[in-house]
Amino acid sequence: MEQQLDFLVDKVVAELQKKLGEMGQTAPAGTQKTEVPATPQMEAAQKATSPTVREQLALPVEPERTAHVPNPKWQEGLNELLDSTPARIGVWRTGVRPLTKTMLQLRRDHAAAVDAVYGEVSQALLDEFSMFTVETQYDNTENYLKRPDMGRILNEEGVRLLQERCQKKPQVQIVVSDGLSASAVDANLRDVLPSLTDSLKSYGLSCGTPFFVKGGRVASMDHIGELLQPEVLVLLIGERPGLVTAHSMSAYMCYRPRKGMVESERTVISNIHRQGTSPIEAGAHIGTILSKMLEQKASGVKLVL
Amino acid sequence: MNTKTTVLGQTYQFRDLKEVFAKANEDKSGDQLAGIAAADSRERVAAKQVLADLTLADIRNNPMLPPEEDEVSRVIEAGINEKIYNEIKNWSVAELREYILSHNAGDSEIKRISRGLSSEMIAATAKLMSNLDLITAAAKIRNITHCNTAIGQQGVLAARVQPNHPSDNVQGIKAALYEGLSYGIGDAVIGINPVIDTADSVKDILTMTKDVMNKFDIPTQNCVLAHVSTQMRAIRQGAPADLIFQSLAGSEKGNNAFGIDVALLDEADELMRKEGTSYGPNFWYFETGQGSELSSEAHFGIDQLTMEARCYGLARKYNPFIVNTVVGFIGPEYLYDSRQVIRAGLEDHYMGKLHGLPMGCDVCYTNHMKVDQNDMDNLGILLSAAGVNFVIGVAMADDVMLNYQSTSFHDIAAFREVLGLRPAPAFEKWLEKMGIMENGKLTSNAGDPTIFM
Repeated sequence: MEQQLDFLVDKVVAELQKKLGEMGQTAPAGTQKTEVPATPQMEAAQKATSPTVREQLALPVEPERTAHVPNPKWQEGLNELLDSTPARIGVWRTGVRPLTKTMLQLRRDHAAAVDAVYGEVSQALLDEFSMFTVETQYDNTENYLKRPDMGRILNEEGVRLLQERCQKKPQVQIVVSDGLSASAVDANLRDVLPSLTDSLKSYGLSCGTPFFVKGGRVASMDHIGELLQPEVLVLLIGERPGLVTAHSMSAYMCYRPRKGMVESERTVISNIHRQGTSPIEAGAHIGTILSKMLEQKASGVKLVL
Repeated sequence: MNTKTTVLGQTYQFRDLKEVFAKANEDKSGDQLAGIAAADSRERVAAKQVLADLTLADIRNNPMLPPEEDEVSRVIEAGINEKIYNEIKNWSVAELREYILSHNAGDSEIKRISRGLSSEMIAATAKLMSNLDLITAAAKIRNITHCNTAIGQQGVLAARVQPNHPSDNVQGIKAALYEGLSYGIGDAVIGINPVIDTADSVKDILTMTKDVMNKFDIPTQNCVLAHVSTQMRAIRQGAPADLIFQSLAGSEKGNNAFGIDVALLDEADELMRKEGTSYGPNFWYFETGQGSELSSEAHFGIDQLTMEARCYGLARKYNPFIVNTVVGFIGPEYLYDSRQVIRAGLEDHYMGKLHGLPMGCDVCYTNHMKVDQNDMDNLGILLSAAGVNFVIGVAMADDVMLNYQSTSFHDIAAFREVLGLRPAPAFEKWLEKMGIMENGKLTSNAGDPTIFM
């Protein structure tokens, strides 16, 4: 179901990107994900025509790439090809193997992705936002990867901590989790959280006690929902890292989360990172969505945005 | 049916066939997640020991998912040749394994016996085979198919060129396609996974790839891997599709989760017979992968290897041009590390081949698996040695749309060079004509995508 949801989101954004492409702009690197409808940023992007506007909007910029084909039949054509795709083309070869720099680039990108999965969120960062930590039943990273079911339930100590330290029945509950990328939290939380808090304030909404879940899966929000009974809950969680970026975060939102929720009852903004949906924009947008959930008493496919 | 044995002084009594089958598997995280895996090595070997002595009739007479309850089981049952089955029904699984590996069984003999076997019997032999057994057995079987061109011949390693783009940008797809062709990749199929699953978008990509094929006279076939119903709409609107694609699961419920059933596949089959653009007679492209049934809670307590075999049982009804196990795509909760992925790749390839299918493999991984590019090098070489019909070619192995890593254009060129394998014959002639290949080796033009501009 998570995959299906991602897929739907991908489709929408792909259509946006297609429109961007038709306006003579190259597609950004990586699969862009956001939810329906587009963020104000995306809508603005559709209207944007000048490169300066794109820069101001912090839209994705392709890292500079050069082709290594020594004597191409058509040099300008080669640049044209490179501009049309983020795929690793024009890389040339030695015999039938890649050049050293191309090989090392791939290994660097993979290393970043692996580090994101096995890394830990910075304690200083969590302290900065006065977040305490609870753990799921995941036990260790290996088990976390093999047993998604155990990442959906808090352990006994976690349950006790929540009951002791969290405000019950808050209007909005904010939860942060490492998920599959600790570095996504490190890279984006400082931008997402303040803009989310500001946005909630501007809608006059009140927040419960935010905290961090170690070893969390998306559906951990159901268990937390049972324990704290918030009106709405947002879970900021690290996504499965790709080679284009290992720092991508998703925001899963839900009206009255509880056990047995299905994926279609959740609303998601994914691909939150500097080259995707900008974290500051995302924070503001999450606030808007949460306020609409409270207005309409619904989330997921039932929510009209 | 005896389900009791003693190993190293300990007696094991298994409940039923499902338990024997599950526990006889090599270690897989997916079977652990399902709660059906052997507790330890000793229990695993006990299950293998029990399985080895079961007869083929035991397996057929005790269906794990009865035909009355599942249409995939009905397809598998209906495909069994009773005459051949009756000749071998009293064989034990051990005897079947030894027959397949014996010098008495060549390509023709294995093809004949395959017609009397159910998918579960084939899965049973895989559970009793080492990795080298799986390679040795598969290497004897050549399943040659023909769409516009033929692949699967002895000494041929074909490849799908997979020029995906994160927003289906047709120019971007073309760029990666040119790169792939310039490395001699694309004889199995030019196949694109679309981001946008609409008939219009599918039609645009099919039309572009067909134009490139026509412009350069490329002997291959095209395909866009959207949902089968989307492709059917595109084809009805006149889109030039040589192949039609669909992912398969090993149970009716699993297929329903993919939004398909046998009736829909039959309808698509009929449509391709009437409106497909290719020569045929093979025009299907199927994809499978261990674990998909568990992920949609459609496995009925049956292990992921057996469910995978059942996908092949369904696939063989449609005489596909290519079948691809996307072995490392589904994630670490099904195949945790390189050891499990390599094992699964070899199992799937062998089981598909024994079903008579033109098996390929997407030798691949996601970033949260304990796998890296070196492991893909290993599995790629092992499968090439086992005679895999085709593998997947992605620019530098990095798929910028699906966000996972597969095998690269360079890798496939290396598999061919190291093992003395060649592209499909018609495609190699074309590569020579384009000046990309000479005497089975890439020329100095290879790797320059602008030769197609």
